[in-house]
Parts: sequence; C-alpha cells; structure tokens
Amino acid sequence: MSDDVAVIGLGIHPFGRHPGVSGLEMAAHAARAALDDAGLRWDQIDFAAGGSDAAGNADTTVSVLGLTGVPFINVKNGCATGGSALITAHAMLCAGSADVALVVGFDKHPPGAFNPLPEEWGIGSWYGESGLMMTTQFFAMKIQRYMAQHSISESTLAKVASKAFENGALNPNAWRRQPLSEDEVLASKMVNDPLRQYMFCSPGEGAVALVLARGEKARGRRPVLLRSAVFKTRRFGSFEVFSPSIPVHDGVSPTAEAAAAAFEQAGIGPGDVDVAQLQDTESGAEVMHLAETGLCEDGEQEQLIQSGATRIGGRLPVNTDGGCLANGEPIGASGLRQVHEVVLQLRGEAGERQIPGPARVGFTQVYGAPGVSACTVLTT
Amino acid sequence: MHADLLAGTPSEPVLLGSECRECGTVTFPRQSACPRCTSTDVTERRLARRGTLWSWTIQRFRPKSPPYTGPEAFEPYGVGYVELPGEVRVEARLTESDPAKLEIGMEMELTLVPDAPFAFKPVT
Repeated sequence: MSDDVAVIGLGIHPFGRHPGVSGLEMAAHAARAALDDAGLRWDQIDFAAGGSDAAGNADTTVSVLGLTGVPFINVKNGCATGGSALITAHAMLCAGSADVALVVGFDKHPPGAFNPLPEEWGIGSWYGESGLMMTTQFFAMKIQRYMAQHSISESTLAKVASKAFENGALNPNAWRRQPLSEDEVLASKMVNDPLRQYMFCSPGEGAVALVLARGEKARGRRPVLLRSAVFKTRRFGSFEVFSPSIPVHDGVSPTAEAAAAAFEQAGIGPGDVDVAQLQDTESGAEVMHLAETGLCEDGEQEQLIQSGATRIGGRLPVNTDGGCLANGEPIGASGLRQVHEVVLQLRGEAGERQIPGPARVGFTQVYGAPGVSACTVLTT
Repeated sequence: MHADLLAGTPSEPVLLGSECRECGTVTFPRQSACPRCTSTDVTERRLARRGTLWSWTIQRFRPKSPPYTGPEAFEPYGVGYVELPGEVRVEARLTESDPAKLEIGMEMELTLVPDAPFAFKPVT
C-alpha cells in the first residue's frame, strides 16, 4: 500500500556512561548512523522530531548534521519523549506532509535516582520535602499490591532481572553486560520493598535515531512497517507516579488504553506478537505491563516467566536487548530504543540475540511519569 | 500544622480534601476542580482519620536534596497509600518501617510526625 509508513533506518549510540561526550553529540552520532542505514543523506530528510529530558534541544543537532532548512520539532515529554517524537513523525507522514522523516531521542543523566521537583509537577513542596517524590516508591507500591492480588512471587521478580542481564550480555550496545543469576539478584540489597537493587534500572546515557518513510520511499532495503503508534495520558482512577492521592475506584491505565488502540489500529491482536519490548524501569513494571498491554492475563505472568516463555528462546520473548534494566534509562532515548530493537529482530539482524522463531509482528510500550504511555505495532 | 493540608488539633489532626458537588468525587489535597467530571463546583471536605493500608514500601536510601529536607543521618521510613473508606486513597509516610509489621488491609490512623506534615500509624 502506498500509504504505508516504514522504518527504513536505524541508528544508536551505545548506552551507558560516556564521560566527555554530550547528549547532543550522541544524538548526532545516532542520526548519522540511521541515515547511513537508510542509504540517505541528511538533506533528503524533509521532517524531523526529537528530544531529551535533560540533555538539550534536539534541533541544535542541525549545526552538526547540516543546515538544510528542515522543519525540526523539539519534544520534551518526560518518558514519552521518544514516543511523542515518533507519533509526530508518523502523523506527518500519514498526512502526506512529509515523505522521509528522522526521529531522535537522547539523554545524559547524572548517577543516582531522579530528583524531580514537586512544583514542576503541580504538587506542593511538602511532598518532596517529606520524601514522597520518588519514582521508586511508586513502582514498589504498585507491584507490592499486584503481587498480593495476583500471586506473583519474589522469584519471578528476580527472574525478570536475570533475563534482562542475560540478554544485555548479548547486546554490544547495552550498558550492563554481565549476566546475573536469580540468586545474585535476590542477594542484592533491598531498595524499596519488594524491589532490590538489581531489579531497578539506573538513569544513564544514550541516543537512538530512526528514519521513517512513506509510500514509494518506504520500499527501500528491508522496510519494517510501523502499523500503529499511539500515545495516551492517564484517565481518572489510574494509579500513577507522583500522586498524593488516588481514587478509591480503579480505572484503566494509559498503557492498557494505548496498547488496545495500537492493536486495533494495526488490525492485529496481542496473540499475534512474536517479540515485545516493554517498559521495565524495574522488574515489577515488566510483569504488570505484560498484562496491561494484553499480552497475557493478570496473574498469568507467574507461570509465563517461571517457565522461561519471555526469554529469547521462549514463546513470547520480551526485552530481547536487555530492556531498561540492562541498558539504563536515558529518558529521551528509551522509547526509540525499543523500536530499534524490534525492527532489528523483524529484519533478522539481531545477531546473537536474534529470536529463533518467526519474527513477523513486534510490539513496543514505553511508560512514564506522570501517567503517559506510547505503544507501537510493527510488522514485516 | 500545615494549614493547607490539615485541620483539627495536634492530638486529633484531620486531612483537608475536596469534594465535588456534581459527582461526589473526593480528592486530596484540596483542588479547585474535579479530576473526574471537570466541574469547578467543589467544596472542602474533612477526611476520615482512619482507613486501611492499600499498599506500602520502605524507603531504604536517602532521597536527594532538593527536594528532600529530612535529616542527613538517614533512617529508613515506611510509605503507603491508606484507603479512607468511600473517600480517597492518601499517600503518606508511615510511622512503621519494619516490613514484618506492615500488611495490606491493616487499620491505620492519621498522626503527626517531625519529618513530614502528617503520617499514618498502625492502629494497635
């Protein structure tokens, strides 16, 4: 179909710590790599979007890439920065306002947990002063209740982390490349009960760029079709980070809503997915996002993960590049890293971590504060 | 006491929330519009002092300053959401930091503590 939008170029700057390299330099590196992969020059791009949370304005990369007059939209949208850049480019292509677009996400965070200020999130200063403005607490309390409701074990949390590091060891662009056993994860110190040190990802550095195209231009080398890209914010009743209170009645999460819409728009069901990338800021998030996205039922994760179904050789491989746990969390880059990995898998170019089974349908889900989620469905 | 958040007395503090006159939704802290139905017809509501523990964790490392203003000598503290029946689930520091003594569903009561505007303590 001439209206198809495809990912035709992939570029990545390795994740981790890169002293002396700015976030913008990493972004330019990823952009060049994506253009090379697509076999295009920068002056052939007619729309660009991108951003970071803490490492500068994406459009300033034009001073390195070249001043071509390209319309370039800066995105700053928390953990959904990459996803927001992607839906912007997708919409421009679908609308016929551009033929070939570049999206880029990058970041560079100092070591240690994030320390957002409550005033920037519409909350009184008392919330941060008294030690409640912590993403880690939210993740811990969400999985704590989920484990009690759906009989998820500590061993399952540890297996999610162990799998991430096993996959990261196979990924030359990952930050954490040393495998850790389930026992080693369970022996790490408790950080926010029930989550331990090696069950959390760390803020880090990295950049990813993608080249998207539509119509005739989408027929290049090994195109992977972007069948849908959906972004949602929270609705009333969803349990979200930085919430001084939540309603007594549970509502639908932004991930559940974005995933359902992404599958519907693509005309593909969760049961058709061959490989998935889910936001795993910590082990519990991957467990809960498996069900929120519709890839399994609530509680089914215990059996799925214990049986190895989400490992690279399993029935439903999840976070085959090591996810946030092994790659770290450069906020602006994470959502695009997920798409990068799924496209590699669907091309059959994932090297040592290539899934052995069919790789025709891929799915990605990024989630972040204060309740945003972006999902994509990709197919060969 | 933190006047925006609390009323009552130091021995019997009460949290100040909002109630929507259109749909009855309760929020904490007070806000000028209803997050459920978008109405701006909201009124102040004094919330129940007791509820049940909905979920919890223990904060085991010192949060960064800013925004945290607690003591440099860090002691782990409990954090949880307490469900005030029929009203709202409120996030708060807990007076208990021993995970063996915290359980979802246990009864909790509002109290005042030195390092936060308010906290909940287990009802013994």
